Amino acid sequence: MSLAGQIVNLLAALLLLIGFAMLAQRRILTLIHLFAWQGAALAASTLIVAYSTGQTHLYFSAALTVTLKVILIPWVLHRLIDRLNVRWDVETLINIPTTLLIGIALAIFAFALATPISQLANTITRSTLGIALASVLLAFLMMIVRRKAVPQVIGFLAMENGLFFAATSATYGMPLVVELGVALDVLVGTFIFGIFFFHIREQFDSLDIRHMETLKED
Amino acid sequence: MEIALVLGVPLAGGLLLGLVGHRSWAPEVNALMSLVTFGASVLLTARVIADGPMSALDEQFFVDPFNVFLVALTAFVAFTTALFSRPYMRIEQHHGRVNAARLRLYHSMYQLFSFTMVLCLLSNNVGILWVALEGATLSTVLLVSLYRTPASLEAAWKYFILCSVGIAQALFGVILLYFAAEKVLGPGGTSLLWTHLYEVRDQLEPTVLSLAFVFLLVGFGTKVGLVPLHNWLPDAHAEGPTPISAVLSGLLLNVALYAVVRSKVLIDGALERNFSGGLMMGFGLLSVVVAAFFLSRQRDIKRMFAYSSIEHMGIMTFAFGMGGAVAAFAGLLHMTVHSLTKSAIFFTVGHASQATGTQNMAQIRGLIEQSPMIGWGLALGSLAILGMPPFGVFTSEFMILTTAMHEHPWATPFLLVALGVAFAAIFGKVQPMVFGESTAGRLPHPPALVPVFVHLGIVLLLGVYIPPYLTDWYRQAARLIG
Repeated sequence: MSLAGQIVNLLAALLLLIGFAMLAQRRILTLIHLFAWQGAALAASTLIVAYSTGQTHLYFSAALTVTLKVILIPWVLHRLIDRLNVRWDVETLINIPTTLLIGIALAIFAFALATPISQLANTITRSTLGIALASVLLAFLMMIVRRKAVPQVIGFLAMENGLFFAATSATYGMPLVVELGVALDVLVGTFIFGIFFFHIREQFDSLDIRHMETLKED
Repeated sequence: MEIALVLGVPLAGGLLLGLVGHRSWAPEVNALMSLVTFGASVLLTARVIADGPMSALDEQFFVDPFNVFLVALTAFVAFTTALFSRPYMRIEQHHGRVNAARLRLYHSMYQLFSFTMVLCLLSNNVGILWVALEGATLSTVLLVSLYRTPASLEAAWKYFILCSVGIAQALFGVILLYFAAEKVLGPGGTSLLWTHLYEVRDQLEPTVLSLAFVFLLVGFGTKVGLVPLHNWLPDAHAEGPTPISAVLSGLLLNVALYAVVRSKVLIDGALERNFSGGLMMGFGLLSVVVAAFFLSRQRDIKRMFAYSSIEHMGIMTFAFGMGGAVAAFAGLLHMTVHSLTKSAIFFTVGHASQATGTQNMAQIRGLIEQSPMIGWGLALGSLAILGMPPFGVFTSEFMILTTAMHEHPWATPFLLVALGVAFAAIFGKVQPMVFGESTAGRLPHPPALVPVFVHLGIVLLLGVYIPPYLTDWYRQAARLIG
């Protein structure tokens, strides 16, 4: 395997590791930092794929990831939790060791699902599709087990990271116009989430979504 | 040219109303913008009927009989809903539930939502379709929480999280689709275009495509409101302003189903067995049955009709899942009549709950006494949605049922029982609301009744007589998907 391929595999492993770290993390501030690091790993792997294959549009994609997911969104989230004073936030639905065990099961499932497809890929990074799917599922799990609004949003953004990684690892990236559109949606989505935090706080005096479970079928 | 108009007018309208949406004449501008969009869509339809399918801007946009029919329907319902929203939002303002700033947000987002809907339909690029569908959530989520009550914030949060997660699954499906297509079409812009994908669909890798379809169905199916992914739908319908409930049911669900059907046609070309059809029939039938049994347990009038939307989306998904020319024809007809009837019902429901000051069905009584037209509108609309002849819903449901009896007899008992349960539930609740001792007060502005009866009139007409050019049009579209 080429050097570039090995580095991408390393970064992929890092991505998955950060996914698990996020699942285990109790503090919101650290969670945001981890999210920024995950974005950095994603950007680095995109850059290497771009360099080794000469796909110029991937440079744009990497630049987009850095500005959006390493700088802008973490900064916005930082500002938000500063203004809302919710740095210490320690609630999960299931305890953390159990969550991690479920996470491992999900990762195995993702690899099993991705193996037949990876066989078909002729990109330098084909073995990483399983990791991408695993990251998506781990982020999904995080959204389910977290009680508070901010970690749920970070889970959503981490899921987007996993999806972008799937796009670069399996196919050398989607067409640029699509990537731009997706990035726009993510950006607008983050701002709307921000607006929401304030509304929720104003209404319930807390960002705990347990207050928001009254709309149920009886 | 027409495509640019259909897309450009609502986009420009969204920006314009972002500036002036709080003025007293903003509702009229909103309706005017929607009228121009509708006019452009009529021109586009005429053009497609005369010249056949066309594409524009490097094939990024395309029009064929299937999507042009939905563009016309979408633009029409968006226009009539804008008409309804004029008095409705004025009454809300009169009751002090919205202020000028929120009205500006409302009008601007209404137009942007229309824009995302037509963009979804006209885009030839699967990726852009995804972006626009996510944009539809983004533009309506702040409208669901427009009243800023605890319940509406909860509903909007649920809507946002569930739809975003769902649609993220669809993005994975799109990536897999691109992965399969890129091998045949080569990397670059054309590998995600529907028209190119259709041409090479028998060469695409079946294992990848079947996995892609599962993700696409789950993702877009969340937006269609298929059980068990439907949890956001009743809340979002019940807590937002009623014009938004009307466009969610009348436009968004249809457009999401359009995305599912397009994917199905693609996957059917690549796979030999009827994999996608089976999945869609399963999801559809489950939605019909579950929604029908939830109907009788509802107390909130808008929630009840939201569940009825889930039921009808299930019927359509089932019809498209069966496939074949007749079922596809019936599915398209059902899309049309459901969208028209359900939005008409929401118009009357909106005014009824304004007149009585509640959405609780137990406290809405005797509508017909205070405002006969609202009462009659609700009664007729409910009969229409329950599939009573001679309304159009009867025609489409009858066609779907007879096809099901013929091809999948095991499914008919489920469908019939569900339709019966739905009838008992809705009719039993609507009847006392319409007749009896009145609890309704006077509305400070005259209600919008023209859109209600125009919609019901068209549904009635479609039940009695479908004009030949419309039949022809449905047939062409059904041939594309059947």
